[in-house]
Amino acid sequence: MVTMTYRDALNEALREEMQRDERVFLMGEEVGEYDGAYKVSRGLLKEFGPMRVVDTPIAELGFTGLGAGAAMVGLRPVIELMTWNFALLAIDQIVNSIAKLRYMSGGQVSVPMVIRGPNGAALQLAAQHSQAFEAWYAYIPGLKVVMPATPADAKGLLKSAIRDDDPVVFMEGEMLYNLKGEVPEGDITIPIGSADVKRAGSDVTIVCHSKTVAPALKAADRLAEEDISAEVVDLRTIRPMDTDTILTSVSKTNRCVVAEEGWPFCGVGAQVVDNIQRNIFDELDAPVIRVTGEDVPMPYNKRLEKAAKVDATKIVAAAKRVLYLE
Amino acid sequence: MSGSTVSKKKGPKRPAKAAAAVTAEQCRDWYHQLCLLRRFEEKAAEAYSLGKIGGFCHLYIGQEAVGVGVMAALREDDYIVTSYREHGLALARGVPARSIMAELYGKADGCSGGKGGSMHLFDVSRNFLGGHAIVGGQIPLGTGMAFAAKYRGTDQVSVSFFGEAAANIGSFHESLNMASLWKLPAVYVLENNGYGMGTAIARATANMDLFHRAYSYDMEAEAVDGQDVLAVRDAMERAVERARTKSEPTLLEMQTYRYVGHSMSDAAHGTYRTKDEVEEYRKRDPLVILAAFMKKQGMIDDDGLKAMDDEVKAEVQEALDYAEQSPDPAPEALYTDVYAEDG
Repeated sequence: MVTMTYRDALNEALREEMQRDERVFLMGEEVGEYDGAYKVSRGLLKEFGPMRVVDTPIAELGFTGLGAGAAMVGLRPVIELMTWNFALLAIDQIVNSIAKLRYMSGGQVSVPMVIRGPNGAALQLAAQHSQAFEAWYAYIPGLKVVMPATPADAKGLLKSAIRDDDPVVFMEGEMLYNLKGEVPEGDITIPIGSADVKRAGSDVTIVCHSKTVAPALKAADRLAEEDISAEVVDLRTIRPMDTDTILTSVSKTNRCVVAEEGWPFCGVGAQVVDNIQRNIFDELDAPVIRVTGEDVPMPYNKRLEKAAKVDATKIVAAAKRVLYLE
Repeated sequence: MSGSTVSKKKGPKRPAKAAAAVTAEQCRDWYHQLCLLRRFEEKAAEAYSLGKIGGFCHLYIGQEAVGVGVMAALREDDYIVTSYREHGLALARGVPARSIMAELYGKADGCSGGKGGSMHLFDVSRNFLGGHAIVGGQIPLGTGMAFAAKYRGTDQVSVSFFGEAAANIGSFHESLNMASLWKLPAVYVLENNGYGMGTAIARATANMDLFHRAYSYDMEAEAVDGQDVLAVRDAMERAVERARTKSEPTLLEMQTYRYVGHSMSDAAHGTYRTKDEVEEYRKRDPLVILAAFMKKQGMIDDDGLKAMDDEVKAEVQEALDYAEQSPDPAPEALYTDVYAEDG
């Protein structure tokens, strides 16, 4: 094990995959000479040169589609979006081309590409730069949606995403890049579609992903102080969703809270709740409660922003409600 | 027989050199293809009217010289992407008529297994990489294929076909900028048929000299008589040569016309254009122009032309019979091809 940041874990995954497979290239705004808007691609231009680490114009639709065309004929592009907020400019290509080409062509065309970048809010970036979009992409058949919360998961899942024969939407977070953690050495991959029990427990399950994993673990610590044993299930992949791991946990605890950064309406948590009620309705001792970002565009003001976001306190309160303690 | 060439420095001019030499055999082949594209679409229209073909169906009638002339300048390993008006382009690329007709019928033997339909014809074995049905959506894809050719160091060329209305959408501009910036072996074939659905170009486009748009991106461009297969072929050969040997992109504005409606659901004329206008353009029909050239050159006579047309009609009937008899996709095909592991 080596301790490193989430940013460096991604950097290592990119470097190792580019060394392993010359079809892999990185393209996006500021990925080369600037060393990455968030420094994820630091040093890669120097090592791999400008044909494989390509700085683009600010033209998300164009270069995402260009990546798709290259993938259609056998390359393995990693397209970096400075943030998923800007992917709205590229979403026609992601939804109308990338997700559907295999199906529309009767299985003749593969689009093995990764589209990656930070998702959701950072700090005081206001409404247009603080949006969590995983539910939008998870909705689309043909896409996979991967959202690691730790450095180890970031490395193992990015390597799997690059090797996958289907397009993968890979969502990171500005607030995750500096997170440190233990990362196994060597060529370790983590299968797409596998959730991870980040903390075992018996009284209540907290299902979370990406930036809600840390507050969920913090909430579990606080609940433990009150002798409540919370199990924390990190989805890691939104689509395909690891329903088995969720159901196994909730069958054990009989109570569940689902926490996500995004908005409540038609969110990822709604899909988790649907899976639970359809499959193990009789195991539930309480309705499942969702903790989400508030249903408003993100405000700039620091206090208002904090109020809009999911935190450990909100998760603790929800856990107590499903335990009928509040 | 050649289109006008425009240099951004000197303004419009005629090319100094006459059209490249052609053989009787080439001309016969192209005439055969023009007939095939025309008769195929006529038969598709018939089948659509009978309810055999569903959805949207955009015919290529009138524009055939563009597809045939462009494909004549390409190699088997070059890449092609198109918009949704692509039956004729697939035929000109050599995709068998029967597998295209079966796809229009939504049948299992269709070139996309019945899952794509009229707007999504694919034949990977011929690098015919799709009909794409969001205006302009295929232009970045074709640009990416050119990028892949350059990345791998091959001398393949990537051709993106699109209509003139797509020249007003962002994907066109973003793609041309990157293709020129990175010197990609791409040819952009703009088929200017004068109308984006029912909107005349003059009602949608401030500068109607669409090939000028290339100059914003420091790219070579030509305006070409898209009714004349030889002019199209010649211009395309210049563009392909530039892409293959210098890895530089070109925008070709093919000036053409469709005699039929935007799709099978609108009339050929009446609402947004007059019957007289359509009749006027029919005088410059691509089949008539090539037939006249061949006759003048003594390559063929009227009996020979008719014999070719009859041969094509039989070929198209065979395609239709094949489509009629082909089975629907199996019910389980609904769930395959979403992801690689689905088989």
